[in-house]
Amino acid sequence: MSYHSIQEILQNCKDKSLLFWETILEDDINSRNISRESSMNKMQSLWDAMLLAGSTYDKKAHSASGLVGGDGGLMEEYYMTNDSLCGNFISKAIAQALQMGESNACMKRIVAAPTAGACGVLPAVLLPLFREKGILSSKIIEALYVAAGIGQIIAQRAYIAGALGGCQAEIGSASAMAAGALVHIKGGDSDQIANSVAMALKNLLGLVCDPVAGLVEVPCVKRNVIGAVNALAAADMALAGIRSKIPADQVIDAMKEVGDSMDASLRETGKGGVAGTPKAQEIVSKLLNKSDH
Amino acid sequence: MNIYDILGPIMVGPSSSHTAGAVKIGLIAVKLLGIEPKKAEIYLHGSFAATGEGHGTNKAIVAGLLGMQPDDMLIPKSFEIAEKKKLQFKIGQINLKDAHPNTVLLKLTGEDDRQLEIQASSLGGGRIMVNKLDGIDVNFTGESHTLIVHNIDQPGHVAEVTSTLSHKSVNIATMQLYRDKRGGYAVMVIETDQEIPKESVAWLSHLEGIIKVSYLNIEGE
Repeated sequence: MSYHSIQEILQNCKDKSLLFWETILEDDINSRNISRESSMNKMQSLWDAMLLAGSTYDKKAHSASGLVGGDGGLMEEYYMTNDSLCGNFISKAIAQALQMGESNACMKRIVAAPTAGACGVLPAVLLPLFREKGILSSKIIEALYVAAGIGQIIAQRAYIAGALGGCQAEIGSASAMAAGALVHIKGGDSDQIANSVAMALKNLLGLVCDPVAGLVEVPCVKRNVIGAVNALAAADMALAGIRSKIPADQVIDAMKEVGDSMDASLRETGKGGVAGTPKAQEIVSKLLNKSDH
Repeated sequence: MNIYDILGPIMVGPSSSHTAGAVKIGLIAVKLLGIEPKKAEIYLHGSFAATGEGHGTNKAIVAGLLGMQPDDMLIPKSFEIAEKKKLQFKIGQINLKDAHPNTVLLKLTGEDDRQLEIQASSLGGGRIMVNKLDGIDVNFTGESHTLIVHNIDQPGHVAEVTSTLSHKSVNIATMQLYRDKRGGYAVMVIETDQEIPKESVAWLSHLEGIIKVSYLNIEGE
């Protein structure tokens, strides 16, 4: 991509009177030398894959390690029979985030967004909107361009890999991408998209990557929930006219600085954080025994 | 990197580096071998060795060797499928010097007994890098059309290869040269913007002093 900052994207939107997503689409067409149709067909295929992944969740399936599985089913049962604290829509987003994260751990087909570990965040907010609120596919595809553009700027200025920058780089990035997508869907402008990105990412700054036994399971699956709920909150704040005092690009740079100073034990090595707890160590030795037999 | 490196790939979980990248390494290894493998030795290094089983890295590499793509729902069943297709494989661990944490060393034997040793790393997001071919350091991602020429280190081979490409209007994007010693075994890795015609690849492989030519073409959009 030819843009290196959210600010440059905003400027291009202003100069050419384009929407945020149109700027990203135009750039994809130019940088890969393809037709508009070819780019949009590819985005459509990603959305189709997300929809399919959302509908093929199996609540009885467990991961090879046995650490995750079934929670998405429990959450669904809960909101259908109880008056949940979060209300109907957010409860559905929580259930969807868990389900996608669990499907990933169970080696089902998912869409990495931006990574496999964070694959639940975007679908968690987009699928309930599509199913419950009658948002059109075409609108969601536009929103996916917004999300991809945001993710690309984050990947260029900082990173999207937990091994490099901690979970803030994975779930944090996914949450910022989802927030921008949501603002577009609800009719917000480019400026509001940028504000939602800044707020979503700020809220998850410093989040460490501490997978138990190095597997994308605990706490990864449930971290998708906070990514989704945080995206909804950041989008609503931006749509309400709330602004981030720190611009999005500077928040992204701050995320890199935080990640660079994060101890290696907190960057996907399975050593620090919850991965370093006595219970986690017990799980690790049980798994090792299991694979020996 | 483009936007579809951020959204996507569509893949079988759980990890873009440990699963999707591992499938890609298997796929590229077979393309470089140039024929279906009948035997494969798989040695996992670093994080691939430590968490590979939980991430399905072992199944993913075998799936790639069987020609499956990273989104193939049959990846978890690749061991059974290998047995049916009579691909013999063994999986071990190895400690490689100065290697990326997600690295694998593959020793393949093809249906016609030709052999290939390849060391490759998974860089994250499903992207990979080939580091060694038959013991020689190389450096390519398999994201572009890639021509790999193994030759005796003597004058003229680079000119033969580049003039062949030029005749076919194939533009060279990057070019790297490696050799084990002066006058010894040399490897040329050329990434191109256009597809290289099959007959050009075949012609090059018959030239004197050229030991082996492999070609990796990328699938169109």
